[in-house]
Amino acid sequence: MRLTCPLCGSRDRREFTYYGDAVYASRPGPDAPPEAWDAYLHLRDNPAGETRDLWYHEMGCSAWIEVTRDTVTHAVGATRLIAERGGGRASGAGSPAKKKAPSKPRGGRA
Amino acid sequence: MRYSGFRVLTEGLSGNKGWRPVWRDPAPKPDYDIVIIGGGGHGLSTAYYLAKNHGLTNIAVLEKGYLGGGNVGRNTTIVRANYFLPGNQEFYSHSLKLWEGLESELNYNVMHSQRGLINLFHSDGQRDAFARRGNAMVGQGDDAELLDREGVRRHLPYLDFEQTRFPIYGGLLHRRGGSARHDAVAWGYARGADGRGVDLIQNCEVTGIDITGGRVTGVQTTRGAIRAKKVGIIVAGRSGQVAAMAGMRLPVESHILQAFVTEGLKPVIDHVVSFGMGHFYISQSDKGGLVFGGDLDFYASYAARGNLPMVEHVMEAGMTLMPMIGKAKVLRSWGGIMDMTPDGSPVIDKTPVEGLYIDCGWNYGGFKAVPASGWCMAHLMATGESHAYAGRFRLDRFATGHLLDEEGTGSQHNLH
Repeated sequence: MRLTCPLCGSRDRREFTYYGDAVYASRPGPDAPPEAWDAYLHLRDNPAGETRDLWYHEMGCSAWIEVTRDTVTHAVGATRLIAERGGGRASGAGSPAKKKAPSKPRGGRA
Repeated sequence: MRYSGFRVLTEGLSGNKGWRPVWRDPAPKPDYDIVIIGGGGHGLSTAYYLAKNHGLTNIAVLEKGYLGGGNVGRNTTIVRANYFLPGNQEFYSHSLKLWEGLESELNYNVMHSQRGLINLFHSDGQRDAFARRGNAMVGQGDDAELLDREGVRRHLPYLDFEQTRFPIYGGLLHRRGGSARHDAVAWGYARGADGRGVDLIQNCEVTGIDITGGRVTGVQTTRGAIRAKKVGIIVAGRSGQVAAMAGMRLPVESHILQAFVTEGLKPVIDHVVSFGMGHFYISQSDKGGLVFGGDLDFYASYAARGNLPMVEHVMEAGMTLMPMIGKAKVLRSWGGIMDMTPDGSPVIDKTPVEGLYIDCGWNYGGFKAVPASGWCMAHLMATGESHAYAGRFRLDRFATGHLLDEEGTGSQHNLH
């Protein structure tokens, strides 16, 4: 499997560290209720199909990257820097539990 | 139909014409007291113990494929009770005791072989940790022996003890650990449940869960609607999708774990050997194949196949530990879908929906748990109360902070 780092280009999967669903880059605000933290840390849509997950280019440029990937076929689609996705949401964004979270996701490093 | 040596003999002398299908193939009825979603090891053992321990037999097990066609039919078959944390210890200890009586219980040869499990250690610190784990196992009433390097050498003379990266300091021997025939466990429980009146319904995929007023009322399937007073979700790697039918998100992310089998060889590895530092473990099946595996590929996946970097890593670890296996040819490999929880421990609990129960999150260790998981899930579904051995496998433990982090690596999805 190869992932395309927006800065370095196509690289071997072994250069990257996986951090799970990209929801992990959308940390709730400090005033968020405990349920929002539980959803952020633990609960996952865990989709069979397209997902967006968070990878860290550990042995490359140290960028945090959101990768659109298919969990059934392993096809890798678009990638973008977390720093450039703004308030973009991860796979769990549409679910009821997630909506409880205040709309203050912080981009950048989780 | 009871199996016995006498029966094998008489069938053999009469052309083996008397054998019959081991379970029925019933059409689903419109109504059951209990519906179990998932005809794998855990689902079948739950159905069996609901019938055996609680006298409930108006039960259907719904399986979208064939019985035992998921993880219970493709795993590395290790059976052990070497857990450290209260909450895990008593559960896995109970499971091992059930394994020890399983063949006479089910009248089925599950080929349970207590050949001994050795976990290797490679530093003074690791020795201390294993000594502590061993004491905890003995305290629980199970067995453990701490071996020094010479002690390991007596059991496993073929290891490379002087390897520079991880020289072997010793090992923790768990004599009652071993392996079993994976398919046979599913078949044995299926036969036992069927014989007690449970309907095992194959090629029946659940497509929806009916909920009225916060209470489960049945399921929608590819073979029609089925009403039920209670429903159990026991679907391992597919837990996320089935729970979503009930509007739930779970603390589960599904990952791939690869495993490998070589061509059949003469007996060469007598134990189950676990090389944690190299992420490698191995045993030899009764057919002679070396069965081995490593760590997760470490990304969410339902592909049921892995990628080459982990294949290479596992082969390297195997060669580091026991160079003699280098001449064996790998026959096949596969990837199982593991329902990983953030803390690496399972869930056997009620859900927020009345009458809906869930048994999931077995990570990469579900096989040995099959008997106790069914035992405790059956208790929960029959009585509404958690079994004492599974009381800490709560669905809400991540929210409340009552984690069961056996590895001590933290409660985060990418760590287990």
